[in-house]
Amino acid sequence: MISIWFFIGISLAVNGALILAAGIYQLMDPPVNPGVVLYNLHANVWWGAALLLFGLIYCFKFAPGRKA
Amino acid sequence: MTLLPAFILPTRLVHLSPIDVVIVVFYFALVLAIGWYLKGRANTGEDFFMAGREMTAWVAGLSFLSANLGALELMGWAGSAYQYGILATHWYWIGAIPAMLFLALVMMPFYYISKTHSVPGFLRLRFGEPSRVLSAVSFAFMTVLMSGVNMFAMAKVMQIVLGWDINFSIWVSSLTVAIYVTLGGLRSAIFNEVLQFFLIWAGALLIPILGLYEAGGWSNLKLQIAQRASDQYVHLWSGLGSFSHNPMGIHWTGIVFGLGAVIAMGYWTTDFLVVQRILAAKDIRSAEMAPIIGAGFKMLVPIIVILPGLLGLAVLPEKLVPESMAAVTGAHSYNDVLPLMLARYCGPGLLGLGVTALIAGFMSGMAGNVSAFTTVWTYDIYRPLINSKGSDHHYVTMGRWTTVIGVLISVGTAYLVMQFASIMDYVQALFSFFIAPLFATVVLGMLWKRATGPGGFWGLLCGTLSSIGMWAWVKVDPSALRYVALSPDAKGLAQDMYQALWSFIVCLVVTVAVSLATEPVPDGQLTGLVYGMTEIPSVGDVPLYEKPLFWAAVVTVVFFILNIIFW
Repeated sequence: MISIWFFIGISLAVNGALILAAGIYQLMDPPVNPGVVLYNLHANVWWGAALLLFGLIYCFKFAPGRKA
Repeated sequence: MTLLPAFILPTRLVHLSPIDVVIVVFYFALVLAIGWYLKGRANTGEDFFMAGREMTAWVAGLSFLSANLGALELMGWAGSAYQYGILATHWYWIGAIPAMLFLALVMMPFYYISKTHSVPGFLRLRFGEPSRVLSAVSFAFMTVLMSGVNMFAMAKVMQIVLGWDINFSIWVSSLTVAIYVTLGGLRSAIFNEVLQFFLIWAGALLIPILGLYEAGGWSNLKLQIAQRASDQYVHLWSGLGSFSHNPMGIHWTGIVFGLGAVIAMGYWTTDFLVVQRILAAKDIRSAEMAPIIGAGFKMLVPIIVILPGLLGLAVLPEKLVPESMAAVTGAHSYNDVLPLMLARYCGPGLLGLGVTALIAGFMSGMAGNVSAFTTVWTYDIYRPLINSKGSDHHYVTMGRWTTVIGVLISVGTAYLVMQFASIMDYVQALFSFFIAPLFATVVLGMLWKRATGPGGFWGLLCGTLSSIGMWAWVKVDPSALRYVALSPDAKGLAQDMYQALWSFIVCLVVTVAVSLATEPVPDGQLTGLVYGMTEIPSVGDVPLYEKPLFWAAVVTVVFFILNIIFW
């Protein structure tokens, strides 16, 4: 049976990748009006990267067929 | 001019970008995929209703916590933190931690070794059929109505925050829940609750991090709140010596005895919605560890709920107002503080994750209600009262149909509330009527062997009726609040605390009096149900760091330290 932690890894990794991609896109093409406070911290880049990393670790550790 | 899809209204608090929409859609796809994957593992009654009783302590513990961590809970308590300050934290600490530890160490062994399917099921074993039916019918009725009320409230939130049409929100969320719970039963609900737990933290944790950065740290935040509101907004206990010296209008006795000793104990130890998750644990050690793990994380929840409300007081340029005033003036209400903070800090992608966390919180709360309703209906109402000779397969089929019907009743309730808004207040009040007396009945049943069946039944009935009576008295004559809550300065929340305390005492007194006037239950019938008549199974020969008692002690020490720090 696939572990619940694997599903959580998938969710965090996909969400992290999407958020990171959105952040990198904004870095390359900065919006004229960012619309958020503390835009200069680029939270979507480091938060997205953290979620992606965390998700990939879970995916690997709890991959189907692998003993956790 | 941008053309919007038909289900999106033009006025809304936040605007989702395409990447945000992808994240929301991915969440729906994932929960349906989990339900689909688990459909082959819900063929027997134990699988469908009890998740096979094979959940680890971590899964059961996080699910136990998540079932209570709904979107309305997040937004409502963030709004309360804006309105009342750090006092709202009491509902997460003294209003939860002692009760969770009590459940783990004192009550869980009885629930677990009795092998009951539900809390009403335990009442049948201890007090007989009348007590079980009284509690099962009230629980089933109120759970499904509460689910509908929450559904409407959430759809309303989605309308305000995202501009989504109410009908769209109601039907998409309820159909999704119906599909994944019908397919995978309790296991599917639990899996999605654990997923929701992670999504909520991933989606909401950035708000306090960035908020504290903007405010200049905790010390500066306290100074700003003292300037914009009051110094009492950042103290947990120091203003509770008098009803009039704190923003909530409550006395410490109401918090300690009403909230901590009665309401929290009642909710966390007898509300089947949360207890069902623990009953699915794989062994006695996991069943005891699960509420302790839940308690550990519960202490952290104020970081993502209370802190954003406090930060809103300090950094939001506008002043938020009560819901009633917001409806007239068009200003934002207290309950909007979390979405406002989300929109303040979260750009494309992060906003989608934050909104997904709110949707996930709502859907898992609804799944929790529906799966608990399904179990109580099938095992505690349908089987004893309507068809006691069905096969296991028959009851699983009944469970699947009940899931669909439960969702449809919830949808019906949501539309009823849409027509008659005052129903929402009545249903929420009604739900609280049963919690405090039920705790008195269950705890007396577990700890006092002299309690009898008639004592349990009449105590539960009189406690519930006394709670309804006090509520109706204040409704008819608001000045009666000075008697129920002991002070004319008391506000709504204080009434709930004292109402619970009195109904608990009524239930206790009636149960004791009737029990002493009736024949004692023979000792042989109490084995496995009552303290002193039951050999509590050992958690096994495990090292200290795996013992529930050790971790309960750790949580207790942290609990006291936190209360002292924020005194």
